[in-house]
Amino acid sequence: MDIIYTIWLRSMTRYVRSKSRIVGSISMPLFFLLFLGFGLNSVVKIPGLGENYMQFLIPGMVAMSVLFTSVFSGIQIIWDKQFGFLKETLVAPVTRMEIMLGQTFGGATTAVIQGILIMVISLFLGLKVQGAGGFLIALGFMIIIGISFTAFGIAIASRMEDMTGFQLIMNFVIFPIFGLSGALFPISSLPAWLLPITMFDPLTYGVEGIRYGLTGVSQVHPHLCFSVIGGFACAMTVIGAFLFRKISL
Amino acid sequence: MNVAIQVKDLTKSFADLIAVNHISFEIKQGEIFGLLGPNGAGKTTTISMLATMQKPTAGSALIQGKDIQKDEDGVRRSIGIVFQDQSLDEELTAAENMDFHGRLYRIPPDIRKQRIDELLRLVELYERRNDLVKTFSGGMRRRLEIARGLLHHPLVLFLDEPTLGLDPQTRNHLWQYIASLSKEKNITIILTTHYMEEADRLCDRVAIIDHGTIIALDTPQNLKDGIGGDIISIKTPDLNTALQVLSEPWMERVELHNDEVRICLHSAEQHISDVITLLRQYHVQIHSVSVHKPTLEDVFLAYTGKTIREQESDRKEMMRRHFMMRRH
Repeated sequence: MDIIYTIWLRSMTRYVRSKSRIVGSISMPLFFLLFLGFGLNSVVKIPGLGENYMQFLIPGMVAMSVLFTSVFSGIQIIWDKQFGFLKETLVAPVTRMEIMLGQTFGGATTAVIQGILIMVISLFLGLKVQGAGGFLIALGFMIIIGISFTAFGIAIASRMEDMTGFQLIMNFVIFPIFGLSGALFPISSLPAWLLPITMFDPLTYGVEGIRYGLTGVSQVHPHLCFSVIGGFACAMTVIGAFLFRKISL
Repeated sequence: MNVAIQVKDLTKSFADLIAVNHISFEIKQGEIFGLLGPNGAGKTTTISMLATMQKPTAGSALIQGKDIQKDEDGVRRSIGIVFQDQSLDEELTAAENMDFHGRLYRIPPDIRKQRIDELLRLVELYERRNDLVKTFSGGMRRRLEIARGLLHHPLVLFLDEPTLGLDPQTRNHLWQYIASLSKEKNITIILTTHYMEEADRLCDRVAIIDHGTIIALDTPQNLKDGIGGDIISIKTPDLNTALQVLSEPWMERVELHNDEVRICLHSAEQHISDVITLLRQYHVQIHSVSVHKPTLEDVFLAYTGKTIREQESDRKEMMRRHFMMRRH
Protein backbone atom coordinates (compact mmCIF):
# COMPACT_ATOMS: atom_id res chain seq x y z
CA MET A 1 0.00 0.00 0.00
CA ASP A 2 2.76 2.45 0.95
CA ILE A 3 4.36 2.07 -2.46
CA ILE A 4 1.07 2.67 -4.28
CA TYR A 5 0.61 5.74 -2.09
CA THR A 6 4.13 6.96 -2.96
CA ILE A 7 3.48 6.77 -6.69
CA TRP A 8 0.06 8.36 -6.20
CA LEU A 9 1.63 11.16 -4.16
CA ARG A 10 4.05 11.94 -6.98
CA SER A 11 1.19 12.20 -9.48
CA MET A 12 -0.62 14.58 -7.15
CA THR A 13 2.43 16.78 -6.58
CA ARG A 14 2.98 17.03 -10.32
CA TYR A 15 -0.71 17.68 -10.96
CA VAL A 16 -1.01 20.52 -8.48
CA ARG A 17 2.05 22.11 -10.07
CA SER A 18 0.84 21.92 -13.65
CA LYS A 19 -1.49 24.91 -13.71
CA SER A 20 -1.57 25.08 -17.49
CA ARG A 21 -2.62 21.44 -17.75
CA ILE A 22 -5.45 21.97 -15.26
CA VAL A 23 -6.78 24.99 -17.14
CA GLY A 24 -6.12 23.37 -20.52
CA SER A 25 -8.14 20.26 -19.87
CA ILE A 26 -11.04 22.20 -18.35
CA SER A 27 -11.30 24.48 -21.35
CA MET A 28 -12.45 21.91 -23.94
CA PRO A 29 -15.50 20.54 -22.08
CA LEU A 30 -16.27 24.04 -20.87
CA PHE A 31 -16.38 25.41 -24.42
CA PHE A 32 -18.55 22.48 -25.48
CA LEU A 33 -20.92 23.34 -22.64
CA LEU A 34 -21.04 27.00 -23.58
CA PHE A 35 -21.30 26.65 -27.35
CA LEU A 36 -23.36 23.47 -27.70
CA GLY A 37 -25.25 23.89 -24.46
CA PHE A 38 -26.47 27.41 -25.02
CA GLY A 39 -26.55 27.05 -28.78
CA LEU A 40 -28.77 23.98 -28.88
CA ASN A 41 -30.67 24.42 -25.63
CA SER A 42 -33.81 25.73 -27.23
CA VAL A 43 -33.61 23.61 -30.38
CA VAL A 44 -33.12 20.12 -29.01
CA LYS A 45 -35.79 18.16 -27.19
CA ILE A 46 -34.57 15.35 -24.96
CA PRO A 47 -36.79 12.42 -23.91
CA GLY A 48 -37.31 12.60 -20.16
CA LEU A 49 -35.75 16.02 -19.75
CA GLY A 50 -37.90 18.00 -22.11
CA GLU A 51 -36.31 21.01 -23.67
CA ASN A 52 -33.33 21.21 -21.34
CA TYR A 53 -30.35 20.22 -23.46
CA MET A 54 -27.97 21.88 -21.01
CA GLN A 55 -29.06 19.52 -18.23
CA PHE A 56 -28.50 16.64 -20.62
CA LEU A 57 -25.09 17.81 -21.78
CA ILE A 58 -23.53 18.53 -18.37
CA PRO A 59 -23.06 14.86 -17.33
CA GLY A 60 -21.59 14.16 -20.77
CA MET A 61 -19.06 16.94 -20.36
CA VAL A 62 -18.14 15.75 -16.86
CA ALA A 63 -17.49 12.30 -18.36
CA MET A 64 -15.53 13.89 -21.19
CA SER A 65 -13.15 15.70 -18.90
CA VAL A 66 -12.63 12.53 -16.83
CA LEU A 67 -12.00 10.51 -20.00
CA PHE A 68 -9.45 12.81 -21.58
CA THR A 69 -7.60 13.59 -18.36
CA SER A 70 -7.29 9.93 -17.42
CA VAL A 71 -6.10 8.71 -20.82
CA PHE A 72 -3.57 11.50 -20.82
CA SER A 73 -2.37 10.64 -17.30
CA GLY A 74 -1.87 7.01 -18.30
CA ILE A 75 0.02 7.85 -21.45
CA GLN A 76 2.35 10.08 -19.45
CA ILE A 77 4.31 6.93 -18.59
CA ILE A 78 5.95 7.41 -21.98
CA TRP A 79 7.48 10.63 -20.72
CA ASP A 80 8.78 8.85 -17.66
CA LYS A 81 10.27 6.32 -20.04
CA GLN A 82 11.84 8.98 -22.24
CA PHE A 83 13.14 11.18 -19.45
CA GLY A 84 14.54 8.18 -17.62
CA PHE A 85 12.48 8.46 -14.45
CA LEU A 86 10.80 5.10 -15.02
CA LYS A 87 14.18 3.39 -14.47
CA GLU A 88 14.31 4.83 -10.98
CA THR A 89 11.07 3.09 -10.05
CA LEU A 90 11.73 -0.13 -11.98
CA VAL A 91 15.08 -0.78 -10.27
CA ALA A 92 13.64 -0.26 -6.78
CA PRO A 93 12.66 -3.30 -4.71
CA VAL A 94 8.96 -2.92 -5.51
CA THR A 95 6.66 -4.90 -7.78
CA ARG A 96 5.52 -3.56 -11.12
CA MET A 97 1.95 -4.20 -9.99
CA GLU A 98 2.41 -1.63 -7.22
CA ILE A 99 3.86 0.92 -9.65
CA MET A 100 1.04 0.35 -12.12
CA LEU A 101 -1.69 0.62 -9.50
CA GLY A 102 -0.14 3.76 -8.01
CA GLN A 103 -0.05 5.31 -11.44
CA THR A 104 -3.65 4.26 -12.14
CA PHE A 105 -5.01 5.70 -8.92
CA GLY A 106 -2.97 8.86 -9.42
CA GLY A 107 -4.37 9.34 -12.90
CA ALA A 108 -7.91 8.51 -11.80
CA THR A 109 -7.70 11.02 -8.95
CA THR A 110 -6.58 13.87 -11.20
CA ALA A 111 -9.28 12.92 -13.70
CA VAL A 112 -11.99 12.94 -11.04
CA ILE A 113 -10.80 16.31 -9.74
CA GLN A 114 -11.04 17.69 -13.29
CA GLY A 115 -14.56 16.25 -13.56
CA ILE A 116 -15.58 17.84 -10.28
CA LEU A 117 -14.26 21.19 -11.49
CA ILE A 118 -16.56 20.93 -14.53
CA MET A 119 -19.40 19.94 -12.22
CA VAL A 120 -18.80 23.01 -10.05
CA ILE A 121 -18.69 25.29 -13.08
CA SER A 122 -21.89 23.65 -14.30
CA LEU A 123 -23.67 24.77 -11.14
CA PHE A 124 -23.52 28.26 -12.64
CA LEU A 125 -24.80 27.00 -15.98
CA GLY A 126 -27.97 25.51 -14.62
CA LEU A 127 -27.00 22.15 -13.09
CA LYS A 128 -29.43 21.19 -10.35
CA VAL A 129 -27.94 18.41 -8.22
CA GLN A 130 -30.51 15.85 -7.07
CA GLY A 131 -29.09 15.71 -3.54
CA ALA A 132 -26.11 14.10 -1.86
CA GLY A 133 -27.06 10.58 -2.97
CA GLY A 134 -27.15 11.54 -6.63
CA PHE A 135 -23.83 13.34 -6.34
CA LEU A 136 -22.20 10.29 -4.75
CA ILE A 137 -23.53 8.02 -7.51
CA ALA A 138 -22.09 10.36 -10.14
CA LEU A 139 -18.80 10.51 -8.24
CA GLY A 140 -18.65 6.72 -8.11
CA PHE A 141 -19.07 6.47 -11.88
CA MET A 142 -16.45 9.15 -12.42
CA ILE A 143 -13.96 7.18 -10.32
CA ILE A 144 -14.64 4.01 -12.30
CA ILE A 145 -14.26 5.82 -15.63
CA GLY A 146 -11.05 7.41 -14.36
CA ILE A 147 -9.56 4.04 -13.35
CA SER A 148 -10.64 2.38 -16.62
CA PHE A 149 -9.09 4.91 -18.92
CA THR A 150 -5.93 5.60 -16.94
CA ALA A 151 -5.28 1.85 -17.09
CA PHE A 152 -6.13 2.00 -20.78
CA GLY A 153 -3.57 4.79 -21.24
CA ILE A 154 -0.93 2.79 -19.33
CA ALA A 155 -1.64 -0.24 -21.52
CA ILE A 156 -1.08 1.84 -24.65
CA ALA A 157 1.95 3.63 -23.22
CA SER A 158 3.56 0.31 -22.36
CA ARG A 159 3.52 -0.63 -26.03
CA MET A 160 4.55 2.75 -27.43
CA GLU A 161 8.14 3.92 -27.91
CA ASP A 162 7.51 7.66 -27.97
CA MET A 163 4.78 10.28 -28.20
CA THR A 164 4.47 10.21 -31.99
CA GLY A 165 1.55 7.78 -31.87
CA PHE A 166 -0.27 9.82 -29.28
CA GLN A 167 -2.22 11.96 -31.72
CA LEU A 168 -3.28 8.86 -33.62
CA ILE A 169 -4.63 7.20 -30.50
CA MET A 170 -6.45 10.38 -29.52
CA ASN A 171 -8.10 10.81 -32.93
CA PHE A 172 -8.92 7.24 -33.78
CA VAL A 173 -9.59 5.66 -30.40
CA ILE A 174 -10.41 8.20 -27.73
CA PHE A 175 -12.45 10.62 -29.80
CA PRO A 176 -14.73 7.88 -31.23
CA ILE A 177 -15.18 6.45 -27.73
CA PHE A 178 -16.28 9.90 -26.64
CA GLY A 179 -18.38 10.66 -29.72
CA LEU A 180 -20.30 7.40 -29.66
CA SER A 181 -20.95 7.42 -25.94
CA GLY A 182 -24.12 9.46 -25.87
CA ALA A 183 -22.35 12.30 -24.09
CA LEU A 184 -23.66 14.72 -26.73
CA PHE A 185 -26.96 13.13 -27.78
CA PRO A 186 -29.55 10.72 -26.39
CA ILE A 187 -28.79 7.19 -27.58
CA SER A 188 -32.48 6.36 -27.94
CA SER A 189 -32.81 8.83 -30.82
CA LEU A 190 -29.99 7.21 -32.83
CA PRO A 191 -30.74 5.36 -36.08
CA ALA A 192 -31.12 1.63 -35.58
CA TRP A 193 -27.82 0.72 -37.22
CA LEU A 194 -25.81 3.03 -34.98
CA LEU A 195 -27.38 1.99 -31.71
CA PRO A 196 -25.52 -1.36 -31.33
CA ILE A 197 -22.18 0.39 -31.87
CA THR A 198 -23.02 2.81 -29.11
CA MET A 199 -23.99 -0.05 -26.83
CA PHE A 200 -20.51 -1.55 -27.43
CA ASP A 201 -18.86 1.63 -26.19
CA PRO A 202 -18.02 1.21 -22.49
CA LEU A 203 -18.13 4.96 -21.95
CA THR A 204 -21.85 4.96 -22.81
CA TYR A 205 -22.50 3.20 -19.51
CA GLY A 206 -20.23 5.62 -17.66
CA VAL A 207 -22.00 8.65 -19.12
CA GLU A 208 -25.43 7.20 -18.43
CA GLY A 209 -24.38 6.39 -14.85
CA ILE A 210 -23.22 9.94 -14.21
CA ARG A 211 -26.38 11.23 -15.87
CA TYR A 212 -28.50 9.09 -13.61
CA GLY A 213 -26.70 10.49 -10.58
CA LEU A 214 -26.86 14.13 -11.62
CA THR A 215 -30.28 14.37 -13.28
CA GLY A 216 -32.12 11.31 -11.98
CA VAL A 217 -32.88 10.21 -15.54
CA SER A 218 -30.98 7.72 -17.69
CA GLN A 219 -31.70 5.65 -20.75
CA VAL A 220 -29.75 2.66 -19.51
CA HIS A 221 -30.57 1.12 -16.15
CA PRO A 222 -28.02 2.27 -13.54
CA HIS A 223 -27.36 -1.33 -12.42
CA LEU A 224 -26.44 -2.31 -15.96
CA CYS A 225 -24.30 0.82 -16.23
CA PHE A 226 -22.46 -0.11 -13.06
CA SER A 227 -21.89 -3.72 -14.13
CA VAL A 228 -20.57 -2.89 -17.59
CA ILE A 229 -18.28 0.03 -16.73
CA GLY A 230 -17.16 -1.75 -13.54
CA GLY A 231 -16.29 -4.87 -15.54
CA PHE A 232 -14.50 -2.73 -18.10
CA ALA A 233 -12.44 -1.08 -15.35
CA CYS A 234 -11.36 -4.48 -14.01
CA ALA A 235 -10.48 -5.76 -17.48
CA MET A 236 -8.47 -2.64 -18.30
CA THR A 237 -6.58 -2.79 -15.01
CA VAL A 238 -5.63 -6.41 -15.67
CA ILE A 239 -4.57 -5.71 -19.26
CA GLY A 240 -2.69 -2.55 -18.22
CA ALA A 241 -0.88 -4.40 -15.45
CA PHE A 242 -0.02 -7.26 -17.81
CA LEU A 243 1.43 -4.98 -20.48
CA PHE A 244 3.20 -2.80 -17.94
CA ARG A 245 4.92 -5.88 -16.51
CA LYS A 246 6.44 -6.56 -19.91
CA ILE A 247 7.79 -3.05 -20.37
CA SER A 248 11.50 -3.07 -21.11
CA LEU A 249 13.91 -0.18 -21.18
CA MET B 1 38.28 -9.34 3.00
CA ASN B 2 34.73 -10.16 2.08
CA VAL B 3 33.69 -10.61 -1.51
CA ALA B 4 30.97 -8.13 -2.47
CA ILE B 5 30.39 -9.14 -6.06
CA GLN B 6 31.08 -12.43 -7.72
CA VAL B 7 30.55 -12.70 -11.47
CA LYS B 8 30.88 -15.98 -13.31
CA ASP B 9 30.69 -16.46 -17.08
CA LEU B 10 28.14 -13.68 -17.38
CA THR B 11 26.87 -13.45 -20.96
CA LYS B 12 24.31 -11.35 -22.76
CA SER B 13 23.55 -11.83 -26.40
CA PHE B 14 21.04 -10.02 -28.53
CA ALA B 15 19.69 -11.14 -31.90
CA ASP B 16 22.85 -10.53 -33.89
CA LEU B 17 25.53 -9.59 -31.42
CA ILE B 18 27.10 -10.77 -28.19
CA ALA B 19 27.21 -7.71 -25.97
CA VAL B 20 28.87 -9.40 -23.01
CA ASN B 21 30.84 -12.58 -23.59
CA HIS B 22 31.54 -14.89 -20.63
CA ILE B 23 33.04 -12.39 -18.25
CA SER B 24 34.12 -13.39 -14.76
CA PHE B 25 35.53 -11.34 -11.90
CA GLU B 26 35.32 -10.78 -8.18
CA ILE B 27 35.11 -7.50 -6.32
CA LYS B 28 36.06 -7.13 -2.67
CA GLN B 29 33.98 -5.23 -0.13
CA GLY B 30 34.98 -1.56 -0.09
CA GLU B 31 36.83 -1.69 -3.36
CA ILE B 32 36.43 0.82 -6.20
CA PHE B 33 36.31 -1.29 -9.32
CA GLY B 34 36.38 0.19 -12.80
CA LEU B 35 35.08 -1.18 -16.07
CA LEU B 36 37.09 0.67 -18.68
CA GLY B 37 36.41 0.44 -22.37
CA PRO B 38 35.10 2.22 -25.44
CA ASN B 39 31.40 2.96 -25.94
CA GLY B 40 29.59 -0.19 -26.95
CA ALA B 41 32.14 -2.50 -25.29
CA GLY B 42 29.46 -3.99 -23.02
CA LYS B 43 30.00 -1.96 -19.86
CA THR B 44 26.46 -0.68 -19.45
CA THR B 45 24.99 -4.07 -20.34
CA THR B 46 27.12 -5.66 -17.61
CA ILE B 47 25.90 -3.10 -15.08
CA SER B 48 22.29 -3.55 -16.21
CA MET B 49 22.51 -7.29 -15.60
CA LEU B 50 24.14 -6.88 -12.20
CA ALA B 51 21.46 -4.35 -11.23
CA THR B 52 18.69 -6.79 -12.34
CA MET B 53 17.56 -4.48 -15.16
CA GLN B 54 18.34 -7.07 -17.82
CA LYS B 55 18.37 -10.84 -17.67
CA PRO B 56 21.65 -12.54 -18.56
CA THR B 57 21.62 -15.05 -21.42
CA ALA B 58 24.02 -17.28 -19.51
CA GLY B 59 26.22 -17.25 -16.45
CA SER B 60 25.54 -16.02 -12.96
CA ALA B 61 26.43 -13.32 -10.48
CA LEU B 62 26.14 -12.88 -6.74
CA ILE B 63 25.86 -9.46 -5.13
CA GLN B 64 26.39 -9.50 -1.38
CA GLY B 65 25.72 -13.23 -1.66
CA LYS B 66 22.40 -12.72 -3.41
CA ASP B 67 21.77 -14.21 -6.82
CA ILE B 68 20.85 -11.60 -9.45
CA GLN B 69 18.34 -13.96 -11.06
CA LYS B 70 16.85 -15.77 -8.08
CA ASP B 71 16.69 -12.94 -5.56
CA GLU B 72 16.01 -9.76 -7.54
CA ASP B 73 14.48 -7.90 -4.61
CA GLY B 74 17.36 -8.85 -2.31
CA VAL B 75 19.85 -7.54 -4.87
CA ARG B 76 17.83 -4.38 -5.44
CA ARG B 77 17.73 -3.63 -1.75
CA SER B 78 21.50 -3.88 -1.40
CA ILE B 79 22.46 -1.79 -4.42
CA GLY B 80 22.29 1.85 -5.40
CA ILE B 81 22.62 2.87 -9.00
CA VAL B 82 23.35 6.08 -10.83
CA PHE B 83 22.40 5.65 -14.46
CA GLN B 84 24.27 6.98 -17.45
CA ASP B 85 21.24 9.02 -18.49
CA GLN B 86 19.41 11.17 -16.06
CA SER B 87 16.60 9.52 -14.11
CA LEU B 88 15.28 12.38 -11.97
CA ASP B 89 11.78 13.84 -12.07
CA GLU B 90 12.40 17.37 -13.28
CA GLU B 91 9.01 18.60 -12.14
CA LEU B 92 9.82 17.70 -8.54
CA THR B 93 12.24 19.48 -6.21
CA ALA B 94 15.54 17.96 -5.11
CA ALA B 95 14.06 17.09 -1.71
CA GLU B 96 10.95 15.55 -3.29
CA ASN B 97 13.05 13.36 -5.57
CA MET B 98 14.93 12.15 -2.52
CA ASP B 99 11.75 11.65 -0.53
CA PHE B 100 10.19 9.61 -3.33
CA HIS B 101 13.23 7.36 -3.38
CA GLY B 102 13.20 6.99 0.39
CA ARG B 103 9.58 5.92 0.33
CA LEU B 104 10.18 3.43 -2.50
CA TYR B 105 12.87 1.79 -0.37
CA ARG B 106 10.58 1.90 2.68
CA ILE B 107 12.85 4.01 4.89
CA PRO B 108 10.91 5.08 8.03
CA PRO B 109 9.87 8.78 7.94
CA ASP B 110 12.10 10.15 10.72
CA ILE B 111 15.25 8.41 9.46
CA ARG B 112 14.34 9.37 5.91
CA LYS B 113 14.07 13.06 6.71
CA GLN B 114 17.35 13.06 8.61
CA ARG B 115 19.27 11.20 5.90
CA ILE B 116 17.90 13.38 3.12
CA ASP B 117 19.13 16.54 4.86
CA GLU B 118 22.47 14.90 5.61
CA LEU B 119 23.03 13.72 2.05
CA LEU B 120 21.88 16.96 0.44
CA ARG B 121 24.40 18.80 2.62
CA LEU B 122 27.07 16.30 1.61
CA VAL B 123 26.56 16.95 -2.11
CA GLU B 124 26.17 20.67 -1.43
CA LEU B 125 22.60 20.94 -2.61
CA TYR B 126 20.96 21.62 0.73
CA GLU B 127 20.44 25.30 -0.06
CA ARG B 128 18.69 24.32 -3.30
CA ARG B 129 16.63 21.48 -1.86
CA ASN B 130 13.29 23.15 -2.54
CA ASP B 131 14.07 24.12 -6.12
CA LEU B 132 12.71 22.18 -9.05
CA VAL B 133 15.26 19.85 -10.62
CA LYS B 134 14.62 21.40 -14.04
CA THR B 135 16.46 24.51 -12.84
CA PHE B 136 19.60 22.45 -12.01
CA SER B 137 22.82 22.25 -14.04
CA GLY B 138 24.23 18.95 -15.27
CA GLY B 139 26.70 18.71 -12.41
CA MET B 140 24.05 19.43 -9.79
CA ARG B 141 21.79 16.73 -11.23
CA ARG B 142 24.61 14.19 -11.12
CA ARG B 143 25.33 15.06 -7.49
CA LEU B 144 21.66 14.76 -6.66
CA GLU B 145 21.49 11.36 -8.33
CA ILE B 146 24.51 10.15 -6.38
CA ALA B 147 22.96 11.41 -3.15
CA ARG B 148 19.73 9.63 -4.05
CA GLY B 149 21.60 6.43 -4.85
CA LEU B 150 23.05 6.48 -1.33
CA LEU B 151 19.83 7.24 0.52
CA HIS B 152 18.95 3.64 1.34
CA HIS B 153 22.54 2.89 2.48
CA PRO B 154 23.42 0.46 -0.29
CA LEU B 155 26.39 -1.83 0.24
CA VAL B 156 27.19 -1.68 -3.45
CA LEU B 157 26.96 1.45 -5.59
CA PHE B 158 26.90 1.29 -9.39
CA LEU B 159 28.00 4.40 -11.24
CA ASP B 160 27.50 4.23 -14.98
CA GLU B 161 29.74 6.88 -16.56
CA PRO B 162 29.38 9.13 -13.51
CA THR B 163 31.20 12.12 -14.97
CA LEU B 164 30.07 11.94 -18.59
CA GLY B 165 29.47 15.39 -20.02
CA LEU B 166 30.67 17.26 -16.94
CA ASP B 167 33.21 20.07 -16.95
CA PRO B 168 36.70 19.24 -15.60
CA GLN B 169 36.18 21.11 -12.36
CA THR B 170 32.97 19.31 -11.48
CA ARG B 171 34.55 16.04 -12.55
CA ASN B 172 37.47 16.55 -10.15
CA HIS B 173 35.07 17.41 -7.39
CA LEU B 174 33.04 14.26 -8.00
CA TRP B 175 36.14 12.08 -8.05
CA GLN B 176 37.19 13.35 -4.64
CA TYR B 177 33.70 12.80 -3.42
CA ILE B 178 33.45 9.22 -4.71
CA ALA B 179 36.86 8.34 -3.26
CA SER B 180 35.98 9.69 0.18
CA LEU B 181 32.66 7.91 0.05
CA SER B 182 34.17 4.49 -0.44
CA LYS B 183 36.70 5.12 2.30
CA GLU B 184 34.32 6.50 4.92
CA LYS B 185 31.33 4.25 4.41
CA ASN B 186 33.18 1.19 3.10
CA ILE B 187 30.82 1.04 0.13
CA THR B 188 31.82 -1.14 -2.79
CA ILE B 189 31.76 1.00 -5.92
CA ILE B 190 31.68 -0.35 -9.43
CA LEU B 191 31.94 2.29 -12.09
CA THR B 192 32.10 2.28 -15.85
CA THR B 193 34.05 4.87 -17.76
CA HIS B 194 35.79 5.53 -20.99
CA TYR B 195 37.95 8.22 -19.41
CA MET B 196 41.44 6.89 -18.78
CA GLU B 197 42.32 9.39 -16.05
CA GLU B 198 39.12 8.57 -14.26
CA ALA B 199 39.91 4.87 -14.05
CA ASP B 200 43.51 5.60 -13.19
CA ARG B 201 42.88 8.07 -10.41
CA LEU B 202 39.83 6.55 -8.84
CA CYS B 203 39.91 2.78 -9.14
CA ASP B 204 41.63 0.23 -6.96
CA ARG B 205 41.38 -2.24 -9.80
CA VAL B 206 40.41 -1.86 -13.43
CA ALA B 207 38.98 -4.36 -15.87
CA ILE B 208 39.65 -3.37 -19.46
CA ILE B 209 36.73 -4.50 -21.54
CA ASP B 210 36.45 -4.59 -25.31
CA HIS B 211 33.98 -6.37 -27.59
CA GLY B 212 32.25 -7.82 -24.54
CA THR B 213 35.29 -9.55 -23.06
CA ILE B 214 37.66 -8.59 -20.30
CA ILE B 215 41.10 -8.36 -21.84
CA ALA B 216 43.02 -7.30 -18.73
CA LEU B 217 42.26 -6.94 -15.05
CA ASP B 218 44.57 -5.57 -12.38
CA THR B 219 45.45 -2.46 -10.42
CA PRO B 220 46.12 0.55 -12.68
CA GLN B 221 49.79 0.47 -11.58
CA ASN B 222 50.28 -3.20 -12.41
CA LEU B 223 48.55 -2.78 -15.74
CA LYS B 224 50.89 0.04 -16.65
CA ASP B 225 53.97 -1.78 -15.35
CA GLY B 226 52.93 -4.84 -17.31
CA ILE B 227 53.62 -3.20 -20.64
CA GLY B 228 57.07 -1.95 -19.64
CA GLY B 229 58.08 0.94 -17.43
CA ASP B 230 58.36 3.65 -20.09
CA ILE B 231 57.47 4.44 -23.65
CA ILE B 232 59.64 6.17 -26.25
CA SER B 233 57.72 7.47 -29.26
CA ILE B 234 59.64 8.37 -32.38
CA LYS B 235 58.19 10.27 -35.30
CA THR B 236 60.01 9.43 -38.50
CA PRO B 237 59.31 9.18 -42.24
CA ASP B 238 61.42 5.97 -42.49
CA LEU B 239 59.12 3.75 -40.43
CA ASN B 240 60.21 0.43 -41.91
CA THR B 241 63.91 1.00 -41.53
CA ALA B 242 63.35 2.20 -37.98
CA LEU B 243 61.40 -0.93 -37.12
CA GLN B 244 64.14 -3.17 -38.50
CA VAL B 245 66.89 -1.35 -36.67
CA LEU B 246 65.18 -1.19 -33.32
CA SER B 247 65.52 -4.70 -31.97
CA GLU B 248 67.74 -4.66 -28.94
CA PRO B 249 67.28 -7.07 -26.02
CA TRP B 250 66.43 -4.24 -23.60
CA MET B 251 63.39 -3.23 -25.64
CA GLU B 252 60.36 -5.01 -24.29
CA ARG B 253 58.26 -4.36 -27.32
CA VAL B 254 58.47 -2.26 -30.48
CA GLU B 255 55.32 -1.42 -32.34
CA LEU B 256 54.07 0.75 -35.11
CA HIS B 257 51.16 3.02 -34.46
CA ASN B 258 49.95 5.65 -36.91
CA ASP B 259 53.11 7.50 -37.98
CA GLU B 260 55.03 6.62 -34.86
CA VAL B 261 57.34 3.91 -33.70
CA ARG B 262 56.70 3.15 -30.05
CA ILE B 263 59.23 1.37 -27.88
CA CYS B 264 58.11 -0.06 -24.54
CA LEU B 265 61.06 -0.47 -22.21
CA HIS B 266 62.38 0.00 -18.69
CA SER B 267 64.43 3.05 -17.71
CA ALA B 268 64.03 5.00 -20.90
CA GLU B 269 66.29 7.80 -19.61
CA GLN B 270 69.34 5.52 -19.81
CA HIS B 271 68.52 4.12 -23.23
CA ILE B 272 67.31 7.14 -25.14
CA SER B 273 70.78 8.08 -26.39
CA ASP B 274 71.32 4.49 -27.59
CA VAL B 275 68.08 4.66 -29.52
CA ILE B 276 69.07 7.87 -31.23
CA THR B 277 72.60 6.63 -32.00
CA LEU B 278 71.14 3.47 -33.53
CA LEU B 279 68.77 5.37 -35.77
CA ARG B 280 71.52 7.82 -36.82
CA GLN B 281 73.81 4.90 -37.74
CA TYR B 282 71.29 3.73 -40.28
CA HIS B 283 70.48 7.26 -41.46
CA VAL B 284 66.92 7.18 -40.24
CA GLN B 285 65.47 10.68 -40.19
CA ILE B 286 63.99 11.70 -36.86
CA HIS B 287 61.24 14.32 -36.65
CA SER B 288 60.73 14.07 -32.93
CA VAL B 289 61.33 11.84 -29.93
CA SER B 290 59.32 11.80 -26.74
CA VAL B 291 59.46 9.79 -23.55
CA HIS B 292 56.49 9.21 -21.28
CA LYS B 293 55.26 6.96 -18.53
CA PRO B 294 52.57 4.59 -19.80
CA THR B 295 48.97 5.51 -19.16
CA LEU B 296 45.98 3.20 -19.23
CA GLU B 297 45.53 4.42 -22.79
CA ASP B 298 48.86 2.77 -23.62
CA VAL B 299 47.71 -0.37 -21.86
CA PHE B 300 44.55 -0.44 -23.96
CA LEU B 301 46.62 0.17 -27.06
CA ALA B 302 49.04 -2.61 -26.13
CA TYR B 303 46.23 -5.13 -25.68
CA THR B 304 44.00 -4.19 -28.61
CA GLY B 305 46.34 -2.47 -31.06
CA LYS B 306 44.06 0.55 -31.02
CA THR B 307 43.36 3.51 -28.81
CA ILE B 308 39.96 3.76 -27.21
CA ARG B 309 39.00 6.63 -29.48
CA GLU B 310 39.93 4.68 -32.61
CA GLN B 311 37.97 1.73 -31.37
CA GLU B 312 34.94 3.96 -30.94
CA SER B 313 35.18 5.52 -34.38
CA ASP B 314 35.66 2.04 -35.90
CA ARG B 315 32.47 0.98 -34.27
CA LYS B 316 30.62 4.02 -35.57
CA GLU B 317 31.93 3.26 -39.04
CA MET B 318 30.70 -0.32 -38.73
CA MET B 319 27.30 0.87 -37.63
CA ARG B 320 27.14 3.32 -40.50
CA ARG B 321 27.97 0.61 -43.01
CA HIS B 322 25.52 -1.72 -41.37
CA PHE B 323 22.71 0.80 -41.80
CA MET B 324 23.76 1.71 -45.32
CA MET B 325 23.65 -1.95 -46.30
CA ARG B 326 20.26 -2.36 -44.78
CA ARG B 327 18.98 0.59 -46.72
CA HIS B 328 20.05 -0.88 -50.07
